[in-house]
Amino acid sequence: MADAQVYVEDVEPGDAIPEIVKRCTPRQLVMWASASGDFYEIHYDVEYARTIGLSGLVVHGALKNAFLGHLLHDWIAPAGRIVRYGCSYRGMDYPEQDLRCRGKVTEISVREGDGLVDLDIWIENRSGEVTTPGTATVSLPCRQGGER
Amino acid sequence: MTGGLVTPELEALVGKAWPPVIHEVDRTGIRMWARAVGIDDPIFHDEAAARERGYERLPAPPGFMGVPRRMPGDVEPGPPIRGLHPELTRSLNGGTEYEYRSTVMAGDELVASTTISDITERSGSVGPMLLITRETTYRRDDEAVAILRATVINY
Repeated sequence: MADAQVYVEDVEPGDAIPEIVKRCTPRQLVMWASASGDFYEIHYDVEYARTIGLSGLVVHGALKNAFLGHLLHDWIAPAGRIVRYGCSYRGMDYPEQDLRCRGKVTEISVREGDGLVDLDIWIENRSGEVTTPGTATVSLPCRQGGER
Repeated sequence: MTGGLVTPELEALVGKAWPPVIHEVDRTGIRMWARAVGIDDPIFHDEAAARERGYERLPAPPGFMGVPRRMPGDVEPGPPIRGLHPELTRSLNGGTEYEYRSTVMAGDELVASTTISDITERSGSVGPMLLITRETTYRRDDEAVAILRATVINY
């Protein structure tokens, strides 16, 4: 969790937001299957995953989406809110590997005391490849409650 | 196999309305989701912490829209998103986007209405594939609180 509130006046386009690193265990994938209701076997049944040509268990796409939600939440809490966020699943990710969840501010606009911040968000694997690119818009409080 | 994957039958699925599904957002579901993601802000776990931060009840973590209510024998709700073509037996999640109009909270019974907004054919590294995009609007009473846009790949 963020130690202090980030205000819209504190951010500039190009700023990186604090990253989080996730490393899934097979147990976490099972917890996710249960929490999300996605019981597709490639996420917990190695034999099945190999049968359909995968190298092993695969991290759920929607879990990676939730990781990006976690990244945004930690940055904007307590007073910010998520307006929208999403990502594409371009490459597979695997358990027991570090997934770096990162983000960068692309645009800022202030409307009626509401600071809207657009970001690129993404997950990269241990080779530095972006497997999960996305974008987000969050609302941050203004220090003055006025125009930037 | 090139072209012609999007048959008139599939075309007819686009825009069709499906019966809505109730999603129950409850405290246990919220905590299970937060634990599975590893999101440890106490507002998703502890009602006193949530109230201190101005939430009447536990808020849902990003992406959690509750658990669909299904009775024994119910068919999978909503439009078909897998196995839309007999030769494309495998499927992958292509992408997910959430748009929030309001905070989803424990106790909500969201009415989820889904339509397929697009079916597109592509050729990728895995061969021919269908990209099926669906849009789900979650309503509390008559207020749209969130919209999900999700793409599934059949290949």
